[in-house]
Amino acid sequence: MLRFAIRRLLLALAVGFTVSLAAFLALQLATDPAQAIAGEDAEPAVVEQIRIEYGLDRPLVTQYVDWIGNVVQGNFGESFYWHQSVADLILQAAPTTLKLATFSILVTILVAIPLGALAAMRPNSWVDRLALSVSVSAQAIPNFWLGLVVIVIFSVHLGWFPVAGDRTLAHFVLPAFVLGMTSVPAVMRLTRAGLLEAFEADYIRTARAKGFRGYPLLKKQALRNAMLPVISVLAVQLGNKLGGAIITEAVFSMRGLGRLAVDSIQGGDIPTVQMLVFVFAMTFVLLTFIADLINAWIDPRLRLR
Amino acid sequence: MSSIDNTLPERQTSAGVEHTESLITLTPRQLLHRRAFSHWGLIIGTLTVIALVLLAVVGPLVLPFDAYAQELAGRLQPPVWAGGDWAHPLGTDHLGRDYLARLLIGARISLTVGFFAATLGCIIGVTLGVCAGYFGGRIDQAVSYLLTCQLALPQILLAMALVFLIGPSIYVVIGVIGVLQWSYFLVVTRSAVMRIRELDYIASAKTIGSSTRSIFWHEVLPNLRSQIIVIFTIEMGVAILSEAALSFLGVGIQSPTPSWGLMISEGRQSMFFNPWLTILPGIALFLLVMGVNLMGDGMRDVLTPEGRH
Repeated sequence: MLRFAIRRLLLALAVGFTVSLAAFLALQLATDPAQAIAGEDAEPAVVEQIRIEYGLDRPLVTQYVDWIGNVVQGNFGESFYWHQSVADLILQAAPTTLKLATFSILVTILVAIPLGALAAMRPNSWVDRLALSVSVSAQAIPNFWLGLVVIVIFSVHLGWFPVAGDRTLAHFVLPAFVLGMTSVPAVMRLTRAGLLEAFEADYIRTARAKGFRGYPLLKKQALRNAMLPVISVLAVQLGNKLGGAIITEAVFSMRGLGRLAVDSIQGGDIPTVQMLVFVFAMTFVLLTFIADLINAWIDPRLRLR
Repeated sequence: MSSIDNTLPERQTSAGVEHTESLITLTPRQLLHRRAFSHWGLIIGTLTVIALVLLAVVGPLVLPFDAYAQELAGRLQPPVWAGGDWAHPLGTDHLGRDYLARLLIGARISLTVGFFAATLGCIIGVTLGVCAGYFGGRIDQAVSYLLTCQLALPQILLAMALVFLIGPSIYVVIGVIGVLQWSYFLVVTRSAVMRIRELDYIASAKTIGSSTRSIFWHEVLPNLRSQIIVIFTIEMGVAILSEAALSFLGVGIQSPTPSWGLMISEGRQSMFFNPWLTILPGIALFLLVMGVNLMGDGMRDVLTPEGRH
């Protein structure tokens, strides 16, 4: 188990650095950071001076090594736009996004897994068809639009929840629902497919012969095996929530990492954008790493791979 | 990481259940037709998409409305069912532009971006997938690593940043979405090619001295056709939603070009008083993406029945 964990951790770290390198190069090549700091119509001499001052005239590889060296030492750099440390900006915004991501993954789990399980227990019944319709619709609804629609219905007409903001828990209900629904189709279909496969296995036939049926059969026997791919996908989906939060936060005017991302992109603040890409990618890598560990813990066969 | 192998969950449908007697007399093509015409999702999806494509192509040519002409005196007119008149059947927006005309041009934008972004992703993903699946070994490991990295990229964030920094235009939007969206093509072609590689006709082609390139073009790719069509359709839906999201956030298609995402964002300003400005483009997006998805799911059931549970 330990060897498996170490191997996976090394892979995760390698991926994190490759991704940060790719993002660094893409962002540096897409634009001229010196021009962005100086402003659209700055004198060429001023741009040149800034380029030298911020060390942007050096080769890209040197700049990257410098940057990643600082990041590893915990120095996330200075924002061009807010003139504040990037670490502070991210730490201020992170709690809102983390809360939003956690609540929305709970919504996903609470909707998708029971729905998938019910559908699998009665294939081709009305429950199954309902589950399928929910999944087909949730996949096609633009999630920012769903956000606006629920604001109009539940905040404006019914007055149940606040329209926008992030101060209280009530502010998180609608955003968490909207963001949570985006992952329902994938998780529901996977739960259903996994359970259907498990129901055909020999050990389930044995359990059925012993008199297990209904909920105990599902819980004690089938769900454990069907959950392996679901756990991996949940980790992936939780990682995607960070990206999805950009849109949801914009719709509900919440001041999280998504808002920070939109503002720093529009302010041309490359250091903050770069760091956000790195943080998002590392979070994703870490989550999939944890999911791999959980899977290996549930199913020892996986450790040999 | 093994998590992506399962992102194409199969589902059971009642379609394609044939009686054994008829199996003997029908050709494969007839069987395919029979499966296709008894699959309701496929039929509804295809009809929706055909209808929307026709509207997008023909509509702006036939209808006497202008998507760009501003008429400030006639701003924010409601649709006909809410008290408007037939001069503007779906009303007008905050600048007095005809909403029906804008929705139709918006359909062109969505379809164009969806088609070309999916094509770009298809080229990248299928190339990588075929190489990884066919050669295996080191190349496969390298491609798998690339895939793991691709999945870790925060796509929306990066797409927004790149589109904004390069300068928003429809070409940039297509390019960025396409370049960031190929993992699904890769995963599916890779595993399909790994299976095809072991089949007899590949061995025969090798025996008669076909070059690797010829094997790719004449043996491998034709046999990937159904998988590629299915994923292409599904990815087109995803690309359409991505474009709408980018335009909604202000880093996609720019005003005055009417993209559905942008129209939702513009309608949001007066959402509480003129809700149809937000609701109509959303419904249009929903119909198009659902049509495309139903088509993709249906084609998967019909074209690759062996993959079903």
